Amino acid sequence: MSSADLRDLYQQVIMDHNKKPRNFHEMDDANHFAHGNNPLCGDALVVYVKLTDGIIEDLSFQGSGCAISVASASLMTEALKGKTIEQAEHLYQQVHAQMTGEEFDANALGKLEVLSGVKEFPARVKCATLSWHTMHTAMDSDHDVSVTTE
Amino acid sequence: MGALDLTAIRNDFPILHQEVHGQPLVYLDNAASSQKPNLVIDAISDYYRQDNANVHRGVHRLSQRATDAYEAARGKVRGFVNAKSDKEIIFVRGATEAINLVAQSFVRPMLSVGDEILISHMEHHANIVPWQMLCEQTGAKLKVIPMTLTGELDLSGFDTLLTERTKIMAIGHVSNALGTVNPVKDMIAKAHAKNIPVLLDGAQAVPHMAVDVQDLDCDFYVFSGHKMFAPTGIGAMYGKQALLEDMAPWQGGGDMILSVSFEHTQYNELPYKFEAGTPHISGAIGLGAAIDYMNMIGVDKIAQHEHNLLVAATEKVTALDGVRIIGTAQNKASVLSFMIDGVHPHDVGTIFDQQGVAIRTGHHCAQPVMQFFGIPATARASFAFYNTMEEVDALVLGIKKVQELFA
Repeated sequence: MSSADLRDLYQQVIMDHNKKPRNFHEMDDANHFAHGNNPLCGDALVVYVKLTDGIIEDLSFQGSGCAISVASASLMTEALKGKTIEQAEHLYQQVHAQMTGEEFDANALGKLEVLSGVKEFPARVKCATLSWHTMHTAMDSDHDVSVTTE
Repeated sequence: MGALDLTAIRNDFPILHQEVHGQPLVYLDNAASSQKPNLVIDAISDYYRQDNANVHRGVHRLSQRATDAYEAARGKVRGFVNAKSDKEIIFVRGATEAINLVAQSFVRPMLSVGDEILISHMEHHANIVPWQMLCEQTGAKLKVIPMTLTGELDLSGFDTLLTERTKIMAIGHVSNALGTVNPVKDMIAKAHAKNIPVLLDGAQAVPHMAVDVQDLDCDFYVFSGHKMFAPTGIGAMYGKQALLEDMAPWQGGGDMILSVSFEHTQYNELPYKFEAGTPHISGAIGLGAAIDYMNMIGVDKIAQHEHNLLVAATEKVTALDGVRIIGTAQNKASVLSFMIDGVHPHDVGTIFDQQGVAIRTGHHCAQPVMQFFGIPATARASFAFYNTMEEVDALVLGIKKVQELFA
Protein backbone atom coordinates (compact mmCIF):
# COMPACT_ATOMS: atom_id res chain seq x y z
CA MET A 1 0.00 0.00 0.00
CA SER A 2 2.55 2.53 1.10
CA SER A 3 5.03 1.58 -1.61
CA ALA A 4 2.31 1.87 -4.23
CA ASP A 5 1.41 5.36 -2.99
CA LEU A 6 5.07 6.34 -3.14
CA ARG A 7 5.37 5.03 -6.68
CA ASP A 8 2.26 7.03 -7.61
CA LEU A 9 3.81 10.13 -6.13
CA TYR A 10 7.25 9.69 -7.61
CA GLN A 11 6.26 8.53 -11.08
CA GLN A 12 8.86 8.31 -13.83
CA VAL A 13 7.64 11.56 -15.39
CA ILE A 14 8.04 13.39 -12.07
CA MET A 15 11.53 11.99 -11.53
CA ASP A 16 12.50 12.94 -15.07
CA HIS A 17 11.26 16.52 -14.77
CA ASN A 18 13.00 16.83 -11.39
CA LYS A 19 16.33 15.68 -12.80
CA LYS A 20 16.02 17.66 -16.02
CA PRO A 21 13.61 20.52 -15.42
CA ARG A 22 12.31 22.09 -18.67
CA ASN A 23 12.38 25.84 -19.25
CA PHE A 24 14.64 26.20 -16.23
CA HIS A 25 16.24 29.59 -16.79
CA GLU A 26 15.82 33.29 -16.26
CA MET A 27 14.00 35.20 -18.96
CA ASP A 28 15.41 38.58 -19.95
CA ASP A 29 12.34 39.73 -21.84
CA ALA A 30 9.71 38.53 -19.37
CA ASN A 31 7.02 41.15 -18.78
CA HIS A 32 5.54 39.36 -15.77
CA PHE A 33 7.30 37.55 -12.98
CA ALA A 34 6.81 36.60 -9.35
CA HIS A 35 8.71 35.02 -6.47
CA GLY A 36 7.19 31.98 -4.81
CA ASN A 37 8.27 30.89 -1.36
CA ASN A 38 7.30 28.13 0.94
CA PRO A 39 8.89 29.32 4.18
CA LEU A 40 8.27 26.06 6.01
CA CYS A 41 10.17 23.99 3.44
CA GLY A 42 12.59 26.53 2.10
CA ASP A 43 11.27 25.98 -1.43
CA ALA A 44 11.90 29.14 -3.43
CA LEU A 45 11.34 29.81 -7.10
CA VAL A 46 10.78 32.59 -9.59
CA VAL A 47 8.31 32.23 -12.44
CA TYR A 48 8.87 34.33 -15.59
CA VAL A 49 6.10 34.97 -18.09
CA LYS A 50 6.17 36.67 -21.45
CA LEU A 51 2.60 37.69 -22.22
CA THR A 52 1.72 39.01 -25.66
CA ASP A 53 -1.89 39.96 -26.47
CA GLY A 54 -3.27 37.75 -23.73
CA ILE A 55 -1.25 34.73 -24.84
CA ILE A 56 1.60 33.13 -22.89
CA GLU A 57 4.31 33.36 -25.47
CA ASP A 58 7.02 32.07 -23.16
CA LEU A 59 7.21 30.71 -19.61
CA SER A 60 10.20 29.71 -17.50
CA PHE A 61 11.26 29.28 -13.90
CA GLN A 62 14.28 29.14 -11.64
CA GLY A 63 14.88 28.19 -8.05
CA SER A 64 15.22 25.22 -5.76
CA GLY A 65 12.79 22.86 -4.18
CA CYS A 66 11.81 19.26 -3.70
CA ALA A 67 11.18 16.85 -6.56
CA ILE A 68 7.46 17.54 -6.44
CA SER A 69 7.74 21.32 -6.64
CA VAL A 70 10.43 21.28 -9.34
CA ALA A 71 8.61 18.70 -11.48
CA SER A 72 5.31 20.51 -11.09
CA ALA A 73 6.89 23.81 -12.15
CA SER A 74 8.60 22.15 -15.10
CA LEU A 75 5.40 20.44 -16.26
CA MET A 76 3.55 23.71 -15.86
CA THR A 77 5.91 25.60 -18.17
CA GLU A 78 5.39 22.95 -20.85
CA ALA A 79 1.64 22.88 -20.43
CA LEU A 80 1.01 26.61 -20.50
CA LYS A 81 3.18 27.79 -23.37
CA GLY A 82 0.95 29.14 -26.12
CA LYS A 83 -2.14 29.15 -23.90
CA THR A 84 -4.36 32.16 -23.34
CA ILE A 85 -4.70 33.68 -19.88
CA GLU A 86 -8.17 32.16 -19.62
CA GLN A 87 -6.94 28.69 -20.57
CA ALA A 88 -4.08 28.98 -18.07
CA GLU A 89 -6.51 30.04 -15.37
CA HIS A 90 -8.76 27.06 -16.13
CA LEU A 91 -5.83 24.64 -15.98
CA TYR A 92 -4.64 26.22 -12.73
CA GLN A 93 -8.03 25.45 -11.21
CA GLN A 94 -8.09 21.89 -12.57
CA VAL A 95 -4.62 21.15 -11.19
CA HIS A 96 -5.61 22.50 -7.81
CA ALA A 97 -8.85 20.49 -7.80
CA GLN A 98 -7.03 17.31 -8.79
CA MET A 99 -4.64 17.60 -5.86
CA THR A 100 -7.20 18.52 -3.26
CA GLY A 101 -9.61 15.75 -4.18
CA GLU A 102 -12.25 17.95 -5.78
CA GLU A 103 -13.88 17.25 -9.13
CA PHE A 104 -11.78 18.14 -12.12
CA ASP A 105 -11.70 17.89 -15.89
CA ALA A 106 -9.31 15.00 -16.61
CA ASN A 107 -9.28 15.73 -20.35
CA ALA A 108 -7.98 19.23 -19.78
CA LEU A 109 -5.13 18.02 -17.60
CA GLY A 110 -3.43 15.67 -20.05
CA LYS A 111 0.13 15.01 -18.90
CA LEU A 112 -0.46 16.97 -15.70
CA GLU A 113 -2.39 13.99 -14.40
CA VAL A 114 0.92 12.59 -13.12
CA LEU A 115 0.57 15.09 -10.28
CA SER A 116 -2.53 13.30 -9.02
CA GLY A 117 -0.48 11.09 -6.66
CA VAL A 118 0.05 14.17 -4.51
CA LYS A 119 -3.49 14.03 -3.17
CA GLU A 120 -2.55 11.05 -0.98
CA PHE A 121 0.10 13.25 0.66
CA PRO A 122 -1.67 16.30 2.10
CA ALA A 123 1.58 17.73 3.46
CA ARG A 124 2.97 17.87 -0.07
CA VAL A 125 0.10 19.59 -1.88
CA LYS A 126 1.66 22.97 -1.23
CA CYS A 127 4.88 21.78 -2.88
CA ALA A 128 3.04 20.89 -6.06
CA THR A 129 0.94 24.05 -6.15
CA LEU A 130 3.69 26.58 -5.36
CA SER A 131 4.69 27.19 -8.99
CA TRP A 132 1.05 27.43 -10.06
CA HIS A 133 0.20 29.99 -7.39
CA THR A 134 3.30 31.90 -8.37
CA MET A 135 2.35 31.84 -12.06
CA HIS A 136 -1.16 32.99 -11.19
CA THR A 137 0.24 35.88 -9.16
CA ALA A 138 2.73 36.81 -11.87
CA MET A 139 -0.05 37.10 -14.46
CA ASP A 140 -2.00 39.45 -12.25
CA SER A 141 0.78 41.93 -11.86
CA ASP A 142 3.16 43.86 -14.07
CA HIS A 143 5.80 44.21 -11.37
CA ASP A 144 7.74 41.78 -9.18
CA VAL A 145 5.51 40.27 -6.51
CA SER A 146 5.89 37.57 -3.91
CA VAL A 147 3.59 34.73 -3.06
CA THR A 148 3.88 32.54 0.00
CA THR A 149 2.32 29.18 0.64
CA GLU A 150 2.30 27.24 3.85
CA MET B 1 26.15 2.61 35.17
CA GLY B 2 23.47 0.17 34.06
CA ALA B 3 21.76 0.32 30.71
CA LEU B 4 18.20 1.60 30.42
CA ASP B 5 15.33 -0.88 30.52
CA LEU B 6 13.96 0.23 27.17
CA THR B 7 11.03 -2.17 27.17
CA ALA B 8 9.77 -0.77 30.45
CA ILE B 9 10.46 2.80 29.37
CA ARG B 10 8.66 2.39 26.05
CA ASN B 11 5.69 0.92 27.87
CA ASP B 12 5.44 4.22 29.72
CA PHE B 13 4.85 6.05 26.41
CA PRO B 14 1.51 4.91 24.96
CA ILE B 15 1.89 6.89 21.74
CA LEU B 16 4.93 4.88 20.66
CA HIS B 17 2.85 1.72 20.25
CA GLN B 18 1.13 2.39 16.97
CA GLU B 19 1.55 1.81 13.28
CA VAL B 20 1.94 4.55 10.71
CA HIS B 21 1.27 3.57 7.08
CA GLY B 22 1.25 -0.03 8.24
CA GLN B 23 4.71 0.18 9.80
CA PRO B 24 5.64 0.44 13.48
CA LEU B 25 6.10 4.11 14.40
CA VAL B 26 9.74 5.16 14.72
CA TYR B 27 9.67 8.58 16.31
CA LEU B 28 12.88 10.49 15.56
CA ASP B 29 11.57 14.05 15.73
CA ASN B 30 12.27 14.67 19.38
CA ALA B 31 14.05 17.97 18.84
CA ALA B 32 10.78 19.36 17.49
CA SER B 33 8.67 17.91 20.28
CA SER B 34 9.06 14.89 22.54
CA GLN B 35 6.44 12.32 23.52
CA LYS B 36 4.85 12.18 26.96
CA PRO B 37 4.97 9.34 29.48
CA ASN B 38 1.88 8.12 31.34
CA LEU B 39 3.18 9.81 34.47
CA VAL B 40 2.83 13.20 32.78
CA ILE B 41 -0.48 12.43 31.05
CA ASP B 42 -1.93 11.14 34.32
CA ALA B 43 -0.66 14.10 36.33
CA ILE B 44 -2.50 16.44 33.99
CA SER B 45 -5.74 14.45 33.89
CA ASP B 46 -5.63 13.82 37.66
CA TYR B 47 -5.30 17.54 38.20
CA TYR B 48 -8.40 18.20 36.12
CA ARG B 49 -10.29 15.27 37.66
CA GLN B 50 -9.46 16.06 41.28
CA ASP B 51 -7.82 19.40 42.00
CA ASN B 52 -8.76 21.92 39.34
CA ALA B 53 -9.20 25.47 40.68
CA ASN B 54 -7.45 28.79 40.39
CA VAL B 55 -4.18 29.27 42.25
CA HIS B 56 -3.02 31.81 44.85
CA ARG B 57 -6.46 33.23 45.58
CA GLY B 58 -8.95 30.82 46.99
CA VAL B 59 -9.44 29.82 50.59
CA HIS B 60 -11.24 26.69 49.54
CA ARG B 61 -9.66 23.27 49.50
CA LEU B 62 -9.40 22.78 45.73
CA SER B 63 -7.68 26.12 45.28
CA GLN B 64 -5.25 25.18 48.01
CA ARG B 65 -4.50 21.83 46.39
CA ALA B 66 -4.04 23.46 42.96
CA THR B 67 -1.72 26.06 44.48
CA ASP B 68 0.27 23.40 46.31
CA ALA B 69 0.68 21.31 43.16
CA TYR B 70 1.62 24.34 41.07
CA GLU B 71 4.21 25.53 43.59
CA ALA B 72 5.53 22.00 44.09
CA ALA B 73 6.18 21.93 40.33
CA ARG B 74 8.19 25.14 40.69
CA GLY B 75 10.26 23.46 43.34
CA LYS B 76 10.91 20.54 41.01
CA VAL B 77 12.09 22.88 38.27
CA ARG B 78 14.37 24.62 40.76
CA GLY B 79 15.93 21.30 41.70
CA PHE B 80 16.15 20.22 38.05
CA VAL B 81 18.39 23.15 37.09
CA ASN B 82 19.86 23.55 40.60
CA ALA B 83 18.74 27.13 41.15
CA LYS B 84 19.19 28.55 44.66
CA SER B 85 15.61 29.57 45.24
CA ASP B 86 12.10 28.95 43.95
CA LYS B 87 11.90 32.72 43.49
CA GLU B 88 14.31 32.36 40.59
CA ILE B 89 11.94 30.12 38.61
CA ILE B 90 9.33 31.85 36.46
CA PHE B 91 6.75 29.79 34.59
CA VAL B 92 6.37 30.92 30.98
CA ARG B 93 4.80 29.55 27.80
CA GLY B 94 8.14 28.33 26.56
CA ALA B 95 11.70 29.35 25.74
CA THR B 96 10.44 31.83 23.15
CA GLU B 97 8.35 33.76 25.65
CA ALA B 98 11.20 33.75 28.17
CA ILE B 99 13.64 35.24 25.68
CA ASN B 100 11.15 37.97 24.81
CA LEU B 101 10.65 38.62 28.53
CA VAL B 102 14.37 39.03 29.16
CA ALA B 103 14.76 41.17 26.03
CA GLN B 104 12.00 43.56 27.02
CA SER B 105 12.25 43.63 30.81
CA PHE B 106 15.95 43.20 31.45
CA VAL B 107 17.85 44.36 28.39
CA ARG B 108 15.66 47.06 26.86
CA PRO B 109 15.95 49.57 29.73
CA MET B 110 19.76 49.31 29.55
CA LEU B 111 20.08 49.96 25.82
CA SER B 112 21.19 53.09 24.04
CA VAL B 113 21.84 53.67 20.36
CA GLY B 114 24.98 51.81 19.33
CA ASP B 115 24.91 49.28 22.16
CA GLU B 116 25.40 45.67 21.17
CA ILE B 117 23.62 42.37 21.62
CA LEU B 118 25.72 39.28 20.99
CA ILE B 119 24.23 36.04 19.65
CA SER B 120 25.66 33.27 17.47
CA HIS B 121 25.24 32.11 13.89
CA MET B 122 23.61 28.85 14.98
CA GLU B 123 20.73 30.27 16.99
CA HIS B 124 17.11 29.20 16.62
CA HIS B 125 14.92 32.01 15.28
CA ALA B 126 13.53 32.37 18.82
CA ASN B 127 16.96 33.59 19.92
CA ILE B 128 17.40 35.91 16.93
CA VAL B 129 14.13 37.67 16.22
CA PRO B 130 13.36 39.03 19.74
CA TRP B 131 16.82 40.66 19.72
CA GLN B 132 16.34 42.06 16.23
CA MET B 133 13.05 43.57 17.35
CA LEU B 134 14.82 45.06 20.34
CA CYS B 135 17.51 46.52 18.07
CA GLU B 136 14.80 48.14 15.94
CA GLN B 137 13.19 49.57 19.06
CA THR B 138 16.38 50.99 20.53
CA GLY B 139 18.97 51.48 17.81
CA ALA B 140 21.19 48.77 19.28
CA LYS B 141 23.24 46.50 17.01
CA LEU B 142 23.08 42.74 16.68
CA LYS B 143 26.50 41.04 16.66
CA VAL B 144 26.97 37.43 15.66
CA ILE B 145 29.59 34.91 16.75
CA PRO B 146 30.59 33.07 13.56
CA MET B 147 30.54 29.33 12.97
CA THR B 148 32.96 26.79 11.50
CA LEU B 149 32.27 24.22 8.78
CA THR B 150 31.92 21.49 11.40
CA GLY B 151 29.10 23.46 12.99
CA GLU B 152 31.02 24.68 16.03
CA LEU B 153 31.23 28.26 17.23
CA ASP B 154 34.30 30.01 15.86
CA LEU B 155 35.61 31.60 19.04
CA SER B 156 38.90 32.86 17.56
CA GLY B 157 37.61 36.43 17.61
CA PHE B 158 35.37 36.00 20.65
CA ASP B 159 37.29 38.42 22.87
CA THR B 160 36.88 41.24 20.38
CA LEU B 161 33.14 40.56 20.07
CA LEU B 162 32.75 41.13 23.81
CA THR B 163 32.96 44.90 24.00
CA GLU B 164 32.11 47.55 26.54
CA ARG B 165 28.95 48.15 24.52
CA THR B 166 27.77 44.53 24.74
CA LYS B 167 24.71 44.55 26.98
CA ILE B 168 23.86 40.85 26.75
CA MET B 169 25.11 37.64 25.22
CA ALA B 170 22.32 35.20 24.30
CA ILE B 171 23.51 31.77 23.21
CA GLY B 172 22.00 28.36 22.59
CA HIS B 173 23.30 25.70 24.97
CA VAL B 174 22.70 23.04 22.29
CA SER B 175 21.98 23.79 18.62
CA ASN B 176 18.62 22.46 17.43
CA ALA B 177 19.69 22.22 13.78
CA LEU B 178 23.17 20.74 14.29
CA GLY B 179 23.21 19.19 17.76
CA THR B 180 26.35 21.09 18.73
CA VAL B 181 26.89 21.43 22.47
CA ASN B 182 28.46 24.84 22.89
CA PRO B 183 31.25 25.53 25.42
CA VAL B 184 28.95 27.83 27.34
CA LYS B 185 30.68 27.71 30.71
CA ASP B 186 33.93 29.16 29.32
CA MET B 187 32.01 31.68 27.26
CA ILE B 188 30.05 32.82 30.31
CA ALA B 189 33.25 33.26 32.33
CA LYS B 190 34.73 35.42 29.57
CA ALA B 191 31.58 37.50 29.23
CA HIS B 192 31.36 37.98 32.99
CA ALA B 193 34.99 39.12 33.07
CA LYS B 194 33.69 42.08 31.07
CA ASN B 195 30.50 42.40 33.14
CA ILE B 196 28.30 41.15 30.31
CA PRO B 197 25.24 39.18 31.44
CA VAL B 198 24.44 35.92 29.65
CA LEU B 199 21.20 34.20 28.68
CA LEU B 200 21.33 30.54 27.71
CA ASP B 201 18.64 29.04 25.48
CA GLY B 202 18.46 25.56 26.96
CA ALA B 203 15.49 24.25 24.97
CA GLN B 204 17.61 21.55 23.31
CA ALA B 205 19.82 20.86 26.33
CA VAL B 206 17.46 20.03 29.19
CA PRO B 207 15.98 16.89 27.57
CA HIS B 208 19.44 15.41 27.18
CA MET B 209 21.81 16.43 29.97
CA ALA B 210 22.04 17.57 33.55
CA VAL B 211 22.01 21.36 33.80
CA ASP B 212 23.36 23.26 36.80
CA VAL B 213 22.73 26.99 36.52
CA GLN B 214 24.92 27.76 39.52
CA ASP B 215 27.83 25.85 38.08
CA LEU B 216 27.36 27.48 34.66
CA ASP B 217 26.87 30.84 36.41
CA CYS B 218 24.51 31.98 33.63
CA ASP B 219 22.28 34.94 34.43
CA PHE B 220 19.21 33.53 32.67
CA TYR B 221 18.42 30.00 31.54
CA VAL B 222 15.27 29.34 29.52
CA PHE B 223 13.62 26.19 28.24
CA SER B 224 10.36 24.68 26.96
CA GLY B 225 8.50 21.82 28.59
CA HIS B 226 7.30 20.04 25.47
CA LYS B 227 10.79 19.12 24.33
CA MET B 228 11.41 17.41 27.67
CA PHE B 229 8.37 15.12 27.88
CA ALA B 230 6.03 17.75 29.37
CA PRO B 231 3.04 19.42 27.68
CA THR B 232 3.16 22.24 25.16
CA GLY B 233 2.50 25.77 26.34
CA ILE B 234 4.61 25.57 29.48
CA GLY B 235 8.26 26.36 30.03
CA ALA B 236 10.48 27.90 32.62
CA MET B 237 12.88 30.76 32.96
CA TYR B 238 15.62 30.81 35.55
CA GLY B 239 17.01 34.22 36.44
CA LYS B 240 19.42 35.24 39.15
CA GLN B 241 17.34 36.66 41.96
CA ALA B 242 19.18 39.98 42.18
CA LEU B 243 18.55 40.63 38.48
CA LEU B 244 14.90 39.58 38.64
CA GLU B 245 14.33 41.85 41.67
CA ASP B 246 15.49 44.86 39.68
CA MET B 247 13.49 44.06 36.56
CA ALA B 248 10.10 45.60 35.85
CA PRO B 249 7.24 43.20 35.12
CA TRP B 250 6.78 42.25 31.50
CA GLN B 251 3.02 41.87 31.44
CA GLY B 252 0.49 43.37 33.80
CA GLY B 253 -2.59 41.69 35.16
CA GLY B 254 -3.92 39.66 38.01
CA ASP B 255 -1.66 37.62 40.28
CA MET B 256 1.37 39.84 39.63
CA ILE B 257 0.20 42.58 42.05
CA LEU B 258 0.07 43.14 45.77
CA SER B 259 -2.37 46.02 45.59
CA VAL B 260 -4.05 48.01 42.86
CA SER B 261 -5.68 51.42 42.91
CA PHE B 262 -6.15 53.88 40.06
CA GLU B 263 -3.32 55.96 41.48
CA HIS B 264 -0.81 53.22 42.12
CA THR B 265 -0.15 49.52 41.75
CA GLN B 266 2.31 47.66 43.89
CA TYR B 267 3.80 44.67 42.16
CA ASN B 268 3.92 41.26 43.71
CA GLU B 269 7.17 39.69 44.86
CA LEU B 270 9.17 37.10 42.97
CA PRO B 271 8.36 34.95 41.14
CA TYR B 272 4.73 36.11 40.82
CA LYS B 273 5.77 39.53 39.54
CA PHE B 274 6.39 37.87 36.18
CA GLU B 275 3.34 35.62 36.11
CA ALA B 276 0.43 37.87 35.19
CA GLY B 277 -2.93 36.20 34.78
CA THR B 278 -3.99 32.68 35.61
CA PRO B 279 -1.01 30.53 34.73
CA HIS B 280 -0.91 27.22 32.85
CA ILE B 281 -1.43 25.28 36.08
CA SER B 282 -1.86 21.84 34.56
CA GLY B 283 1.11 22.48 32.29
CA ALA B 284 3.33 23.32 35.24
CA ILE B 285 2.15 20.20 37.04
CA GLY B 286 2.89 18.18 33.88
CA LEU B 287 6.36 19.72 33.71
CA GLY B 288 6.94 18.75 37.32
CA ALA B 289 5.88 15.18 36.52
CA ALA B 290 8.22 15.09 33.51
CA ILE B 291 11.07 16.09 35.81
CA ASP B 292 10.08 13.34 38.24
CA TYR B 293 10.11 10.88 35.36
CA MET B 294 13.52 11.99 34.07
CA ASN B 295 14.95 11.78 37.59
CA MET B 296 13.48 8.31 37.99
CA ILE B 297 15.27 7.16 34.82
CA GLY B 298 18.39 9.13 35.69
CA VAL B 299 19.56 12.10 33.62
CA ASP B 300 23.10 10.71 33.38
CA LYS B 301 21.79 7.38 32.08
CA ILE B 302 19.63 9.25 29.57
CA ALA B 303 22.66 11.17 28.34
CA GLN B 304 24.72 7.98 28.03
CA HIS B 305 22.07 6.06 26.10
CA GLU B 306 21.43 8.93 23.69
CA HIS B 307 25.16 9.32 23.18
CA ASN B 308 25.37 5.63 22.23
CA LEU B 309 22.49 6.06 19.76
CA LEU B 310 24.01 9.16 18.21
CA VAL B 311 27.46 7.57 17.87
CA ALA B 312 25.98 4.45 16.23
CA ALA B 313 23.76 6.49 13.90
CA THR B 314 26.65 8.76 12.94
CA GLU B 315 28.91 5.79 12.17
CA LYS B 316 26.29 3.99 10.10
CA VAL B 317 25.21 7.06 8.15
CA THR B 318 28.81 8.12 7.55
CA ALA B 319 29.48 4.67 6.06
CA LEU B 320 26.79 5.23 3.38
CA ASP B 321 27.73 6.68 0.02
CA GLY B 322 26.01 9.84 -1.10
CA VAL B 323 25.01 11.10 2.34
CA ARG B 324 26.45 14.15 4.05
CA ILE B 325 26.04 14.87 7.76
CA ILE B 326 25.49 18.57 8.49
CA GLY B 327 27.03 19.38 11.86
CA THR B 328 30.00 17.28 12.83
CA ALA B 329 31.05 19.00 16.04
CA GLN B 330 33.15 17.11 18.58
CA ASN B 331 30.55 17.54 21.27
CA LYS B 332 27.00 16.85 20.13
CA ALA B 333 23.67 15.84 21.62
CA SER B 334 20.72 14.00 20.07
CA VAL B 335 20.68 15.52 16.59
CA LEU B 336 21.73 14.04 13.25
CA SER B 337 21.08 16.45 10.36
CA PHE B 338 21.83 15.08 6.91
CA MET B 339 21.56 15.59 3.17
CA ILE B 340 21.16 12.82 0.60
CA ASP B 341 22.85 13.70 -2.70
CA GLY B 342 20.39 14.75 -5.36
CA VAL B 343 17.33 14.49 -3.13
CA HIS B 344 15.55 17.41 -1.49
CA PRO B 345 14.95 16.85 2.26
CA HIS B 346 11.19 17.11 1.73
CA ASP B 347 11.15 14.11 -0.50
CA VAL B 348 13.28 12.35 2.11
CA GLY B 349 10.72 13.19 4.80
CA THR B 350 7.78 11.85 2.77
CA ILE B 351 9.55 8.58 1.97
CA PHE B 352 10.56 8.15 5.61
CA ASP B 353 7.00 8.80 6.71
CA GLN B 354 5.75 6.03 4.44
CA GLN B 355 8.03 3.69 6.38
CA GLY B 356 6.63 4.86 9.68
CA VAL B 357 9.73 6.92 10.49
CA ALA B 358 9.05 10.46 11.70
CA ILE B 359 11.87 12.91 11.07
CA ARG B 360 11.89 16.65 10.59
CA THR B 361 12.69 18.22 7.26
CA GLY B 362 13.09 21.90 6.64
CA HIS B 363 15.18 24.75 7.98
CA HIS B 364 14.47 23.91 11.64
CA CYS B 365 13.79 27.58 12.44
CA ALA B 366 17.48 28.21 11.89
CA GLN B 367 17.66 29.75 8.42
CA PRO B 368 21.06 31.41 9.02
CA VAL B 369 22.49 27.92 9.61
CA MET B 370 21.05 26.75 6.29
CA GLN B 371 22.44 29.84 4.55
CA PHE B 372 25.85 29.14 6.07
CA PHE B 373 25.95 25.65 4.61
CA GLY B 374 24.38 26.83 1.34
CA ILE B 375 21.43 24.47 1.59
CA PRO B 376 17.68 25.15 1.67
CA ALA B 377 16.89 22.57 4.32
CA THR B 378 18.09 19.38 5.93
CA ALA B 379 16.56 16.11 7.04
CA ARG B 380 16.99 15.79 10.79
CA ALA B 381 16.73 12.76 13.03
CA SER B 382 16.78 13.55 16.74
CA PHE B 383 16.88 10.97 19.50
CA ALA B 384 15.31 10.69 22.92
CA PHE B 385 16.04 8.12 25.59
CA TYR B 386 13.13 5.92 24.49
CA ASN B 387 14.70 5.36 21.07
CA THR B 388 16.42 2.06 20.34
CA MET B 389 19.29 0.74 18.27
CA GLU B 390 16.68 -0.93 16.02
CA GLU B 391 15.33 2.55 15.32
CA VAL B 392 18.81 3.70 14.35
CA ASP B 393 18.74 0.84 11.83
CA ALA B 394 15.33 2.03 10.58
CA LEU B 395 16.92 5.42 9.93
CA VAL B 396 19.68 3.82 7.88
CA LEU B 397 17.17 1.66 5.97
CA GLY B 398 15.12 4.77 5.28
CA ILE B 399 18.10 6.48 3.67
CA LYS B 400 18.76 3.41 1.51
CA LYS B 401 15.10 3.36 0.43
CA VAL B 402 15.31 7.02 -0.61
CA GLN B 403 18.45 6.34 -2.61
CA GLU B 404 16.79 3.36 -4.29
CA LEU B 405 13.76 5.38 -5.29
CA PHE B 406 15.81 8.29 -6.57
CA ALA B 407 18.50 6.15 -8.24
